Amino acid sequence: MERAAITVTNLTKKYRLGARRTGGYLTLRDTLSRPLHQWFRAPATAARQLAALQDITFSVGEGEVLGIIGRNGSGKSTLLKILSRITHPDAGEVVLRGRVSALLEVGTGFHPELTGRENIYLSGAMLGMTRRDIRARFDEIVDFSGVETFLDTPVKHFSSGMYVRLGFSVAAHLETEILLVDEVLAVGDLEFQRKCLGKMDQAARSGRTSLLVSHNLGIIKSLCPRTLLLDKGSIVRYEETEPVIRHYQQLVAASGSLQPGHWSLPADHPASRSKAYLLDMTVRRPGERQPQDSFLNSDAVTISFTVQATQRLQRFTLSMDLLRGHDPVLRSRQVDTTDRDTLDAGEQVVFECTLPAWLLNAGNYSVRPILSIHCVETLFEDPDAVVSFRVAHDPSRSAYHQVLHESNHPGAVFPSLSWTVYHNDPT
Amino acid sequence: MSMDGKTPSPPVTVIRAQQSLQGRWQELFAYRELFWVLAWRDIRVRYRQTVIGILWSVLRPMLTMLILTLVFGYFAKLPAGGSYPYLLLVFTGLLPWQFFAHGTADSGNSLLDHSRLITKIYFPRIFVPVSPVVSAFLDLLISLLLLAPMLWWHGQWTGWRLLLLPVFLLLAIILTIGAGTWLTALHVKYRDVRYVIPFILQIGLYLAPVGYDTDIIPAHLRWIYGLNPMVGIIDGFRWCLLEGRSFHPDFLPGMVAVPLLVTGLGLRYFQATERYFADIL
Repeated sequence: MERAAITVTNLTKKYRLGARRTGGYLTLRDTLSRPLHQWFRAPATAARQLAALQDITFSVGEGEVLGIIGRNGSGKSTLLKILSRITHPDAGEVVLRGRVSALLEVGTGFHPELTGRENIYLSGAMLGMTRRDIRARFDEIVDFSGVETFLDTPVKHFSSGMYVRLGFSVAAHLETEILLVDEVLAVGDLEFQRKCLGKMDQAARSGRTSLLVSHNLGIIKSLCPRTLLLDKGSIVRYEETEPVIRHYQQLVAASGSLQPGHWSLPADHPASRSKAYLLDMTVRRPGERQPQDSFLNSDAVTISFTVQATQRLQRFTLSMDLLRGHDPVLRSRQVDTTDRDTLDAGEQVVFECTLPAWLLNAGNYSVRPILSIHCVETLFEDPDAVVSFRVAHDPSRSAYHQVLHESNHPGAVFPSLSWTVYHNDPT
Repeated sequence: MSMDGKTPSPPVTVIRAQQSLQGRWQELFAYRELFWVLAWRDIRVRYRQTVIGILWSVLRPMLTMLILTLVFGYFAKLPAGGSYPYLLLVFTGLLPWQFFAHGTADSGNSLLDHSRLITKIYFPRIFVPVSPVVSAFLDLLISLLLLAPMLWWHGQWTGWRLLLLPVFLLLAIILTIGAGTWLTALHVKYRDVRYVIPFILQIGLYLAPVGYDTDIIPAHLRWIYGLNPMVGIIDGFRWCLLEGRSFHPDFLPGMVAVPLLVTGLGLRYFQATERYFADIL
């Protein structure tokens, strides 16, 4: 095997849980009074420690593209933060052969008051480029980002899409041997995401060692031949991507957590003692069984909710909020269009709602249900009970779809309205 | 970092739990360009979206000078101690004081102001508290340019003593960097610092001889008074710029030893705690 670019040996990182008081930071008073407290308290009150990473050992060969997956809190981000030297390990060793650039956030170091041009230099310098490097690649960076018209506008006036594009473009033109990327591809419109993937692929082909942390299994599958699965701070599996992803999906399924387009109530959730609660919800194409989380705007989207009642209920209402990003798009209730508003004790009922094709704009949507007795009480409302899905423009349908790809089409909806065109005859 | 693509033997970085001081200076040198970029950014950004922009650098010391002159020189009728108007006594004291005050305040808050950067990207952390001192120093230079014609107008010419001004400037810079670095590292852990800094600077304006001359301090208290390093620095500034003043050696220990001590301890504390900044911020 070729030389290792990254060697990690017995790496451990702990966070102290007990020490994070008063909103995450100490005041002088706490420090002064602590000896007193300790005097009076039993001695065995050592602060609880959370092992974010526990005795991790692995190595990555030169030019390899490694995916890192795991559930939230499994230690993925901590690992990247140690490799990029943002935080220090508590034990163990890392040897990095080559210069490292880390992309933990897009637009790192941008200052809102500075112009796009100034920010390219600023962000580039923070990521380790010299002014000469940046000047040499300036046009390339601007070209890739596609924001040349706004180069002399302060970035605070940029749309979030433009901001992200400029940020990624700077980072994508770094010339380091090792590249660490965390979830950055989750942002930006689809077209730009595709561009980013291309750039990553190119980086991999040119022999750079890359580590990619992502929740997007599709991206991991298409870019990384090998993948590392972390769970609770330890390595669960490290081999070819396919079996690792399957292992991950089993892990996720076992914990009752999300799979794309599907949500189900975790076992022993306190809501199961309520008068009625949500068992699961899915998003899919009408007539299909398999949950989905990506749609074209030419698809209809069916959202179904399975509700379990534990006692007889009248005036039962299920309402659903549809959000695009954080912005509400609409709220819809079953009582407005059906006359089913009573549930029997022990009954399971499925409520289905279909969003017609040619309604939604491209973007990331999420669905949040609320179960209630109409105007009396809320039965079930859980910020974790969310299904998300993504809508993309159907490129085959409009001669002008290219334009839509280039810029985000404004608005939450993009319905197919009827237009009439006729010749105006003054007589 | 060079442009010539792949170098035959890329640098090797080793990350261990125990940090080593080895290669620290090389690292600072390697990142030197970022330091200037950060300082440039602070200066660029400071007066964005203000109507009179850079004029604020001039206006702030001018207005403070007028008020202090009014209160101490005109109402309290304190002596100016030489052949120059009271205004000049105040302005020559105000320049080093405002440099120290603004530099320390900006530097002391700097790590918190940049918490997003520190949790997302690696670079030598020491740049964060030092770069605000650069922009405070630029303000000082602008004010010095303003002072020059005032001195000329009032016929102040101190000859060779002018050449010693950089010594006092240097002491002020060392003190400001040391205090700012120490405060900002403490600030990460103890948010009390946010309230302490303005308080210290407010009482400091009166404890340091900004609005008055050191001559009014009783002789037997001078050695204690001189422990405040800004006393010697301000007095030295005036000695370099104004005619007919004498040098006070009793302030020497405070103005040399205290800045060096503060900087030594401040940098040590910073360096001992910086590895945890990203975890606590």
